[in-house]
Amino acid sequence: MSDEILDEITASDYKYGFTTDIESDKVPPGLNEEVIRIISAKKNEPEWMLEWRLDAFRIWSEMEEPEWPNVTYTKPDFQAISYYSAPKQKKELDSLDEVDPELLKTFARLGISLDEQKRLSGVAMDVVVDSVSVATTFKKTLAEKGIIFCSMSEAIQEHPELVRKHLGTIVPKRDNFYAALNSAVFTDGSFCYIPKGVRCPMELSTYFRINEAGTGQFERTLVVADAGSYVSYLEGCTAPSRDENQLHAAVVELVAMDDAEIKYSTVQNWYPGDAEGKGGVFNFVTKRGLCERNAKISWTQVETGSAVTWKYPSCILKGDHSVGEFYSVAVTNKYQQADTGTKMIHLGKNTKSTIISKGISAGKSHNSYRGLVRVGARAENARNFSQCDSLLMGDQCGAHTFPYIEAQHPTAQIEHEATTSKIGEDQLFYCNQRGIGTEEAIALIVNGYCKEVLNQLPMEFAVEAQKLLEVSLEGSVG
Amino acid sequence: MLKIKDLKAQIEDNQILKGINLEINAGEVHAIMGPNGSGKSTLSSVIAGREDYEVTEGTIDFDGEDLLDLDPEERAHKGIFLSFQYPVEIPGVTVSNFIKTAINETRKGRGEDPMEAREMLAKMREKSALLEMDKSYLSRSLNEGFSGGEKKRNEIFQMAMLEPKLAILDETDSGLDIDALRIVANGVNKLRSKDNAVVVITHYQRLLDYIKPDYVHVLYKGKIVKSGGPELAHELEERGYDWIKAENA
Repeated sequence: MSDEILDEITASDYKYGFTTDIESDKVPPGLNEEVIRIISAKKNEPEWMLEWRLDAFRIWSEMEEPEWPNVTYTKPDFQAISYYSAPKQKKELDSLDEVDPELLKTFARLGISLDEQKRLSGVAMDVVVDSVSVATTFKKTLAEKGIIFCSMSEAIQEHPELVRKHLGTIVPKRDNFYAALNSAVFTDGSFCYIPKGVRCPMELSTYFRINEAGTGQFERTLVVADAGSYVSYLEGCTAPSRDENQLHAAVVELVAMDDAEIKYSTVQNWYPGDAEGKGGVFNFVTKRGLCERNAKISWTQVETGSAVTWKYPSCILKGDHSVGEFYSVAVTNKYQQADTGTKMIHLGKNTKSTIISKGISAGKSHNSYRGLVRVGARAENARNFSQCDSLLMGDQCGAHTFPYIEAQHPTAQIEHEATTSKIGEDQLFYCNQRGIGTEEAIALIVNGYCKEVLNQLPMEFAVEAQKLLEVSLEGSVG
Repeated sequence: MLKIKDLKAQIEDNQILKGINLEINAGEVHAIMGPNGSGKSTLSSVIAGREDYEVTEGTIDFDGEDLLDLDPEERAHKGIFLSFQYPVEIPGVTVSNFIKTAINETRKGRGEDPMEAREMLAKMREKSALLEMDKSYLSRSLNEGFSGGEKKRNEIFQMAMLEPKLAILDETDSGLDIDALRIVANGVNKLRSKDNAVVVITHYQRLLDYIKPDYVHVLYKGKIVKSGGPELAHELEERGYDWIKAENA
């Protein structure tokens, strides 16, 4: 980084009259251009990044928060949120030993032991705690293959040409209200680049969590798979209990070039709010991938957390023969609301997409599937298969399906299947009679119901997801 | 082993069991016969602990313990097994996963450690062979797409795996062809011992040719109106239920 930029940043900091203790970084609540300048400065960002953010902020300022999702909530006060907080870290870390023991303890409580993960599964992890990466592992192994896996902040410093080339190309700044907000204020996230023809030898995994009360998190993830490469990327989220609502508005962009394949798996377990529906995370996420010729993107998600979820991981099937897949389990319990699904945009010839969505509603929750399958005017022989199943537990919850289909080519083949079922007394009694208690029976039945989706997850993740489903549905049948 | 005294039960104010008395000892096979709607399936459901039925009077004692105080799964842990007339489907849950869960939850309920994977596997192989089940059964979703005969065979397979003290077979013969009937009956007979007991609920004599009962009871309008030896089943086969109905009109 050049001295001019450093000078500029120092100067701009001074110019706007902010003195910030670098060690206990937390920007005061509120959002304006100054705050964005501070964020950018704190991260020592180049000028182009700052300009990009400011442009996004101006776009966002003129946008309205969307109201079309089938959810109701009190809109966040964007001026009451602090847009940047970093755990106190004195210097860059070379190994886990240098990580704050308190942080490691928290991870252990959440069942995310880095050491264990590293040792057992050979998973490289980029852990994000309150916006700043604190530990990055297995970098060397990856580096040997030319794979870049680092925090977004680091990527902006070290690989500006790659970031500049792809950032915002899949999810443009003005794509939607929350994408614009994220573009303006994102504090960190992950960046991944797989070079041509390289098969990434391990699952790349990022654990996100919200750590500090009242802090919004705005992750930005960019995965670029160059021609003929392959990568499997895992993203898991946990968050401790909070009284006030927390906003989480992430953006994930995937670029799969010719013949490349990206598998993107998510387990989302943000705090869902208490039994009365108080608190919980607002999860407004934009995830989208672009497939070039013969490329493939698979989204797999297990969503159990958050008070309100609004999320549609999508695939733009631009290249001929490209493939998009979406496998989803969304669980809502208590007062949770989820409006989630996918968009499969078929542009190229002979493109294929598969959608398997399993919704589970319990308590007084509402669970909506919203999906779009669009076949463009040039998408000859496009094929889609969608299956949307809803499972209801109890009689106070709701399941909704909003499938949109737009076909502009006469050769399009689009199939949509949907079922709604209830966990029956008969099933429960049958399990009870075999010695299986009601809680265990529900776990068993639900896991069976979600099997097609869970099977898509890497093994160790699938086990974790199964446990999560059980925990999420505890006490849901009286 | 099982002592039922003056048992009365109803569902939604509709009294179905009107005072059942029945005693079953270890090593015995009892057949309960009777026309449709006489309360046979209700009796098995009440013993197993189905909540839809309200017990208004009477007691069920199992090995000195009052069964009516226990949840269905606790009764299962004590060794009560019900082979369902209409086994339910559980999509996505394999037969092997289901039975593994059932065995380990039962062991947990008894304060025992889970069964070793190797032992479990060996046992599954042995018992599925006993019921002449193809290996692929174990990896199929429980009862999903099973034929009537496969479902019943699967019930007896589970019984063989769980080794209950008291097995109640609720119309296990319905929907079975003669070969399946022989296989199922053979499975049940191999599991009989001096320590366990079997209750066979059926309309027909047919199954009793294979599973020989020590006692036969006739249930009619919620009461056991006649008890006897195996000859009673033959008499019912020849004469039908009309004479029972006439006697109890």
